[in-house]
Amino acid sequence: MAFFEMAKTAIRSFVGKPATRRYPFVPGKVTPLSRGHVTIDVSSCISCGMCMKKCPSEAICVNKEEKTWIIDRLRCIVCNSCVEVCPVHCLTMDTVYSPAVTTHSGLEVFYITYVKPERPPKADSVDENKEQA
Amino acid sequence: MSRQIVMPFGPQHPVLPEPIHLDLVLEDETVVDVIPSIGYVHRGLETLVEKRQFPEYVYIAERTCGICSFIHGMTYCQGVERVMGLEVPERAHYLRTIWSEYSRLHSHLLWLGLFADGMGFENLFMNAWKHREFVLDVMEETTGGRVIQGSCKVGGVRRDIDQETLKKMERDLKGFEKGLKEMANVFLNDDSIASRLRGVGVLSRNDAYVCGAVGPTGRGSGVPIDIRMTGYAAYGEVDFSPVVEEDGDCYARCAVRVNELFSSIEIIRQLIDRIPGGEIEVKVKGNPDGEYFSRSEQPRGELVHYVKGNGTKYLARSRIRTPTLTNIPPLVKMLQGCELADVPVIVLSIDPCIGCMER
Repeated sequence: MAFFEMAKTAIRSFVGKPATRRYPFVPGKVTPLSRGHVTIDVSSCISCGMCMKKCPSEAICVNKEEKTWIIDRLRCIVCNSCVEVCPVHCLTMDTVYSPAVTTHSGLEVFYITYVKPERPPKADSVDENKEQA
Repeated sequence: MSRQIVMPFGPQHPVLPEPIHLDLVLEDETVVDVIPSIGYVHRGLETLVEKRQFPEYVYIAERTCGICSFIHGMTYCQGVERVMGLEVPERAHYLRTIWSEYSRLHSHLLWLGLFADGMGFENLFMNAWKHREFVLDVMEETTGGRVIQGSCKVGGVRRDIDQETLKKMERDLKGFEKGLKEMANVFLNDDSIASRLRGVGVLSRNDAYVCGAVGPTGRGSGVPIDIRMTGYAAYGEVDFSPVVEEDGDCYARCAVRVNELFSSIEIIRQLIDRIPGGEIEVKVKGNPDGEYFSRSEQPRGELVHYVKGNGTKYLARSRIRTPTLTNIPPLVKMLQGCELADVPVIVLSIDPCIGCMER
């Protein structure tokens, strides 16, 4: 048995640099894989609703008619499911956490600006149809 | 015979981060009996299994506990995989085992810190949590989450760890182990800690066995019970033996956890050396139909996830039995005959996780 076993560590901690960082003056540590919050590229979202179906906490609502993509930041558990299922990869995971809110509403509405490109009419197929008629 | 009085302990108490209520029957300063009561933070997680599809329930299973979340998710996945007859790739098993062992390191360091805090050793508490930060950083680098990893899924794992990161993890373990050795020396050899823990809350080997103590609580009393020895996931591929102490007092339970830190580091080293290449997941087809009891070793002891499928996307039943619930009868046994001032230390020594226990 011995006394003051902790003394060496304590003195080193006292003299050395602090183990913690002075947040918020020094930004928090993030890694490339960190799950902060979900972001959407509104110009490429095709409103397929896969993210809404796969969300385990029902935080996402996609409205096809109104062309809106709504996320409830307070419901979202940042699990990365929506990012994994998105067929056009318009959802990405940002590494920075979403800021703290002061009101009890985390709803964030995004207006989808994607426009489906019109298919050029196939000249041959139109002619064939006419012939068959 | 002196007069008996009943003194309430909890659910709000400075040493308890979570709510459990104990009615202590006292004779002077000596505890003669204890009546535990639980049910303050029941969340009904098991009912949610009927409302969420089985692949999504992994997220809920993980949120059962805020400390050993990864092992909860893994045990649930193991159960569903066994029901569906899925063969998980070997690499996924290894990755799961590596993350499980990091979870164990994180949980034990958290507990050692809280234990030091319970004894009034603030300096040691800060030191233990400083080391825990290293483990959390590794978790975030490899899975994306510090506490809720979300990297386990039915059929395998979500993320792979590349060879370079694995090598870096192995290199970093050396410095981490050096710091731990210094801290372990304080826990195991300092006189002030020993005088606070030696001979306090003794649980004999027979009592531990009869009351069904699991995990470090049982191993501290000389019962070599460790579910990892059954060889689930990749534990069958590594050489290790359960850490056992014979004394059965608070010091023995503390020593088991301190020594398990080094045992976990050794297991992680072996796993990183032997990890095979290949796929990390298999495609899941169909729905589970059948039932299975999936067992694993949490930092606190044996964890059981029961899953029952009925051929649809929604499971019929899920049941979680966590080690803290099993360790309540041994706790009652330990408290009988102790001094009132020792109650906080003895309650902490079983590593209670009440949120986990009440689900």
